[in-house]
Amino acid sequence: MDVILFLVFAAIAVGCALNLVLQTHPISSALSLIGVMGSLAVLYLLLGGEFLAAVQLIVYAGAIMVLFVFVIMLLNAGGEKRPSRKVLRTAVALPLLFTLAGVAAYILATQAPRTEAVRFGGFTAGPYEVGRVLFTTWLLPFEVTSILILIAILGAVVLARKEI
Amino acid sequence: MPDLTHVLAAQVPLSWYLILSVILFVIGAAGFLIRRNILTVFMCIELMLNAVNLSFLSFSHQLKNVDGHIYSFFVMVVAAAEAAVGLAIILTVFKNRATLEIDEVSSLKL
Repeated sequence: MDVILFLVFAAIAVGCALNLVLQTHPISSALSLIGVMGSLAVLYLLLGGEFLAAVQLIVYAGAIMVLFVFVIMLLNAGGEKRPSRKVLRTAVALPLLFTLAGVAAYILATQAPRTEAVRFGGFTAGPYEVGRVLFTTWLLPFEVTSILILIAILGAVVLARKEI
Repeated sequence: MPDLTHVLAAQVPLSWYLILSVILFVIGAAGFLIRRNILTVFMCIELMLNAVNLSFLSFSHQLKNVDGHIYSFFVMVVAAAEAAVGLAIILTVFKNRATLEIDEVSSLKL
């Protein structure tokens, strides 16, 4: 069952990610990104991250993507025009990316432990476990995060003023 | 056709999750380098962050340690803040230049 779930949702994630890059209209890309995030939430559940799966759906696929779709609608963004000057960029980018993928695959093939398989239910991090560690060991970073969010709110308000 | 109970009992190696994470990261980096719409470029950044989160969670499962979940949580918080500020910047750029092409926003001054 684990294999079937993993393969189905990994295929959905990779297909949606390819669709995100290949579509020309931003709305199609945003919907593909929501598909990637939803299937990644299922994979998080398979890895035992119950809390992170819920946060992924609520914060990422909910809040952040609504912000994206809202901005796309607000700007009335159309598809990309003028597909010229793209050849040189692709010719430079793709070999570098294949190198990156090759190096990462080599490191994985030599370093990754393959003795232990991922067993569903073998390790669970629900809200209790995550909260316990978050509010004891990681309390200071958690509080600093609130300052980061405050700065982000102020930055967004300042940037969205009329006279800039 | 393989035996159904055999397939149902099979388990996924950890490296498959890591390979999926690498694939998603490379697709996001490709979109970042190739695409020219500033909104799509921003979405590719989010895709790369998601790929990194997946590898954090798989290592956390392997080590039986919750710390990977905490890192992933912080990545999500930073991504939310980044999305708010980045989209405000995109709105301002569009207001001033009426374009979303990154090639036409190559200089910071108007």
